[in-house]
Amino acid sequence: MLCAFFASLRFSLLNSARYLYEMQPNPERQVHELVDHLFRHEAGKMASVLTRLLGFGAMELAEDIVQDTLLKAMSVWKIKGIPENPSAWLYTVAKRKAIDTLRQQHLHNQHHSGISDALKSEWTLAPTVRQLFLDNEIEDSQLRMMFACCHPSVPYEAQLALTLKTLCGLSIAEIANSFLTSEDTISKRLYRAREKLREEKISLEAPIPAKLPGRLNAVLHCLYLLFNEGYNSSHPDQLIRHDLCSEAMRLCLLLIGNPVTNAPEANALLALMCFQASRAEARLGDDGSIVLLKDQDRTRWSQPLIEKGKYFLEQAAEGDEITDYHIEAAIAGCHARASSFEKTNWGDIENLYTILSDMKNSPVISLNRAIAIRYHVSPKAGLKALLAIEGLQQHYLYHAALGDVYVDVGDLAAAKASYERALCLTSSIAEKKLLQFKMDQLA
Amino acid sequence: MEKYMFIFIGGDVSHLSPEAQQAHMGKWFEWVKKLQDQKRYASGEALLPEGKLITGPKKTVTDGPFAESKEVVGGYFVVLAKDMKEAVEMAQECPDYVLGGVVEVRPVMKFDM
Repeated sequence: MLCAFFASLRFSLLNSARYLYEMQPNPERQVHELVDHLFRHEAGKMASVLTRLLGFGAMELAEDIVQDTLLKAMSVWKIKGIPENPSAWLYTVAKRKAIDTLRQQHLHNQHHSGISDALKSEWTLAPTVRQLFLDNEIEDSQLRMMFACCHPSVPYEAQLALTLKTLCGLSIAEIANSFLTSEDTISKRLYRAREKLREEKISLEAPIPAKLPGRLNAVLHCLYLLFNEGYNSSHPDQLIRHDLCSEAMRLCLLLIGNPVTNAPEANALLALMCFQASRAEARLGDDGSIVLLKDQDRTRWSQPLIEKGKYFLEQAAEGDEITDYHIEAAIAGCHARASSFEKTNWGDIENLYTILSDMKNSPVISLNRAIAIRYHVSPKAGLKALLAIEGLQQHYLYHAALGDVYVDVGDLAAAKASYERALCLTSSIAEKKLLQFKMDQLA
Repeated sequence: MEKYMFIFIGGDVSHLSPEAQQAHMGKWFEWVKKLQDQKRYASGEALLPEGKLITGPKKTVTDGPFAESKEVVGGYFVVLAKDMKEAVEMAQECPDYVLGGVVEVRPVMKFDM
């Protein structure tokens, strides 16, 4: 019963996420079209299963099999059309290729997979491979892969690249484009990450619960960064940003779907993502400029996503520990619940930011707290709190916020200077437009 | 209406990301749908790159691949068109040209002359 409920919830969440991230829905969508991102997601699933089978030493081999499988599908489907069950079709091809590869490896006695005993015998090899391609085992492989990609010995930047490459099926060029960096940089990060995984002898066979919750924190942090990269980055291409957000949500949902990793903090993180994503459409103007929370059309907020956010935040309350994800989700939830900007509970928000800044000392949190003070107490108090912040002098958000508060206290000259400073510090076209608009308003 | 065969040669997608591959396949689906909607699509098959080659009076068997990957026949369509000019126009809508693909348009010979 509970399972069925979760399944339907999960389905509707994925659907609303899909709806949300569908930038230009095509009204003439055909029934025989493939599910969005099917190749990309199946590439991630197959890479996880095959790496589990072949071992991390053979990660490139696993990727070759994935590549061959997709090429074969492409060459046949484009002419014969899509099979009834595209995923099953892909798995059948991948399974055959995996069995062939393992047989050859067996001859050379080279594989180091932890399931190696079952793979050594011709009697159990094929059934073992088939077993790993069952739905629940695929999810399990993805989870194991997630924990491996987010291994604490791998630097965060490389964790993100590895997760996007292996679990989300993005190409090196696509990852480089997502982070506005060169393919060479991403290749190097991936290479070093893989070397690290090999050196540390990280195996996808290691039981996940053994090292929880430390390892789970690393995974959650990676997903948090991935989501923020999409939500807050200055990337000019909206589609790429939304892709990063929906991938982070998809992987977080995968964690929650498994009883072992369904921790309160994972629910809190997904709640946060749901609340943030609910505003994604309303925070973008028709010309790609950013619409401030204050000016957003709240009827365009996705109510289904807000409901999901509330649900996951409730689930997150089950543990004893309060993490920063809990607080951030609660803050985002406060905004989501408010029927207008004026009716926002700024007192609660200020308190939550105070708790958050006690948990992790960050000038960005102080900045947000100062903004809450400005609305909860007065613009003057907000300005005082802002001026007390150190370490954000090179951050455009800080100067943009200062400009806003200077406007409120009536110091237009200082406001102009702050906006100009902010304008110099951001490369985002949307942000620049917004700042220019504010400066025009001053005149 | 006459029958024409489109023979698809080359068109390498191995350098594309999974997402880009799916997008490219989507263009094929659109093209096929258009041919089907206009009742011009008769049949089609895809061919695997591997295979055997049998040659000479001694019927010598050799393994494929038969040619460079850019010359491999990947499949064919049989379509209906008024004349060669129209068949060529239809074939020009194949999405593979950007990937170095080639389409050979051949009239199917009629048995009853």
